[in-house]
Amino acid sequence: MGIETKAGDMGVVTTSLETMVNWGRTNAMWPLLFGLACCAIEMMGAQGSNYDLSRFGMEINRASPRQADLIIVAGRVSRKMAPVIRRLYDQMSNPKWVIAMGDCASCGGVFNNYAIVQGVDEVIPVDVYVAGCPPRPEALIDGIMQLHSKVERMKLDGSLRERAPIHV
Amino acid sequence: MTFIDHSLSVPSPHSITDPALAGKTNTMVLNMGPHHPSTHGVLRLVVELDGETVVNVAPDVGFLHTGIEKNMEFKTYQQAVVMTDRTDYLAPLSNNLSYVLAVEKLMGVEIPERPTVARVLLVELQRISSHLVWLSSHALDLAAMSVFLYGFREREQILDIFEMVSGARMMTSYFRVGGLAYDLPSDFLPTVKALLDIMPSRIDEYESLLTNNIIWQERTMGVGAIDSAAAIQYGLTGPGLRATGVAWDLRKDMPYCGYETYDFNVPIAKNGDIYDRYLVRMAEMRESVSIARQAWQRLTDMGPGVFQTSNRKVAPPPKSEITHSMESLIHHFKLWTEGFKPPRGDALAAIESPRGELATYIVSDGGPKPYRVHMRAPSFINLQSLPHMAKGQLMADLVALIASLDPVLGEVDR
Amino acid sequence: MDNATVIERLQAEFGDKIGPVSSMLSGEATINVPREQIVAVAQFLRDDSALAYNFLENLCGVDYLGRQPRFEVVYHLLSHANRHRVCLKVGITEKDIHVPTLTGLWQTANYQEREAYDMFGIIFDGHPALERILMPDDWSGFPQRKDVPLGYEEVAFSNTEAQISARKPFAEE
Repeated sequence: MGIETKAGDMGVVTTSLETMVNWGRTNAMWPLLFGLACCAIEMMGAQGSNYDLSRFGMEINRASPRQADLIIVAGRVSRKMAPVIRRLYDQMSNPKWVIAMGDCASCGGVFNNYAIVQGVDEVIPVDVYVAGCPPRPEALIDGIMQLHSKVERMKLDGSLRERAPIHV
Repeated sequence: MTFIDHSLSVPSPHSITDPALAGKTNTMVLNMGPHHPSTHGVLRLVVELDGETVVNVAPDVGFLHTGIEKNMEFKTYQQAVVMTDRTDYLAPLSNNLSYVLAVEKLMGVEIPERPTVARVLLVELQRISSHLVWLSSHALDLAAMSVFLYGFREREQILDIFEMVSGARMMTSYFRVGGLAYDLPSDFLPTVKALLDIMPSRIDEYESLLTNNIIWQERTMGVGAIDSAAAIQYGLTGPGLRATGVAWDLRKDMPYCGYETYDFNVPIAKNGDIYDRYLVRMAEMRESVSIARQAWQRLTDMGPGVFQTSNRKVAPPPKSEITHSMESLIHHFKLWTEGFKPPRGDALAAIESPRGELATYIVSDGGPKPYRVHMRAPSFINLQSLPHMAKGQLMADLVALIASLDPVLGEVDR
Repeated sequence: MDNATVIERLQAEFGDKIGPVSSMLSGEATINVPREQIVAVAQFLRDDSALAYNFLENLCGVDYLGRQPRFEVVYHLLSHANRHRVCLKVGITEKDIHVPTLTGLWQTANYQEREAYDMFGIIFDGHPALERILMPDDWSGFPQRKDVPLGYEEVAFSNTEAQISARKPFAEE
């Protein structure tokens, strides 16, 4: 009670460093421009004006993995593509997060065969799984918001990620 | 025997990288992709450059190979419709139609008029939505981002219509063997009418942004030209072929689904460059609106009716009949446990998809699952004309070229 | 142009060098051609002014396991002028799995023959660059052959999920 009245006058707010850092990390998370298949089209639809992603600070997709925080694996991962994804993930700098968008990225989806990696979590660790074939743009936005709440819970103790993945 | 010069043949990546690694040093070999802002999916290009000029380019595909054709051999004919949605993911209804027509030819099933007209209407709406994505991503690649936002605005309306009929925005699987999956909902016709009424003015809007835009013209006119003889050699079909002057459109020349009864034109152009392909696709959008309007009129005049064939061995009976008809129950049971069995033989059905000639070749061994399904994917075949079009162009033109060919990697790799 | 005319012209030109004639369930005439004749037959169909099959629409392989000959290459030729389609089939055995290439007649055969090689192992003699196109370069085997399994993963239900997850190769950071 005392501190708010004082702070209101002087325009000073106190918080913890963790909250500040996590607030900064969530509000301008830049995704890597990475669309593989059909889910990429729904991702593009989510970036369009109807389901605007730029309200989350995501209107620019960075083409270079070194400038991106978030990789949204949108689409099916084939065996030929898996080493490429791993290389891109390794090039991203910390902190980085992964959303597996769609059924194919989560678990192989409709394609249970020789050519498709059964879930991108066999290649890179995943933070949020968004189900759907393809997930609606609203489902993707829900996944992004869940990721934001996950990032807000992150601790600054040296471990960069809260491990347990979220299934949307 | 007259053989075409093999130097015109489509290069493979190794035919460019191997000489370079062996020490041939006067050109530079650059790798573009599979992760690249402008390659429309996971397409890798091995580009041989002399400074900024492209000497040779070899597409390397396969990064999205899904084994769809083999996977379909393990599903019944009706279940396999779901797999066809995911090849050309910008026009799922077209893929459905090609597969379903092939199976219907195998079975010798006649589809009544109402579902046929509904199929035409939805496929033309699908063509418009696919061309909108082409336009949006083509403009985005050439840095005209507003067109992307405008194009997706109309596409959302079309996707709302698809969601209304089938429940899914993109992977609808709405066309089934025997007709449609469900009946058309009651507010389908008014919603389609509202869309078709505003669509021409929206196409005018896109044209006003790009057609007479000096930057657009400088980047696309005279770039990546191909003549009609080379186009036929490389198997180019669809808007790419029509832009070279060949007036071949399967809807007019080998009609299916009653297209011979609709009144529409086939736009063609002369030069075969990027600008002409753009003009052809814009004109095709207008023609699609016209065909859709005619189909809408027919559906309105026909009123409510059937949505699938009455051949119970192919299309399931309505649930209300099952409770009091033994025959219907048995048909339902056989369809759900085993599926229908076409006679032994093979069939091919070709349609005009937004990208070109999409043909499905099915071999049946008399069992409930297809023995072999092959999709002649237009994007895969059209990609072979890329090296021919790109020789002598600049690196930046390569980006515009890929966009104008409009490949969909799901179809290329299947 | 109709099926009877095409078959008549082909039989007049090639006589008994081409094999049995049948028809597809979708109506196209199917002519079985021995592999030595395929280039000559295709060229005849393309260059003849009345037949004018100027477009190679489709080229794919089929594996009829348990039948002799085991593999088959199916060609669909399309005539723009006559609006007519014809189907040619070449049967080849597993031991001698070679077919002459059609890339000399149509460049569009290039990728399609590479795909047939990649998926079935059918070797096209004279192809300028017969390499794998859809599978990775170091893949061994030909996936669409009937004796190669689909390669699926066991579907996890709630009672088996723990065991399956223990075996799955999840990625590390």
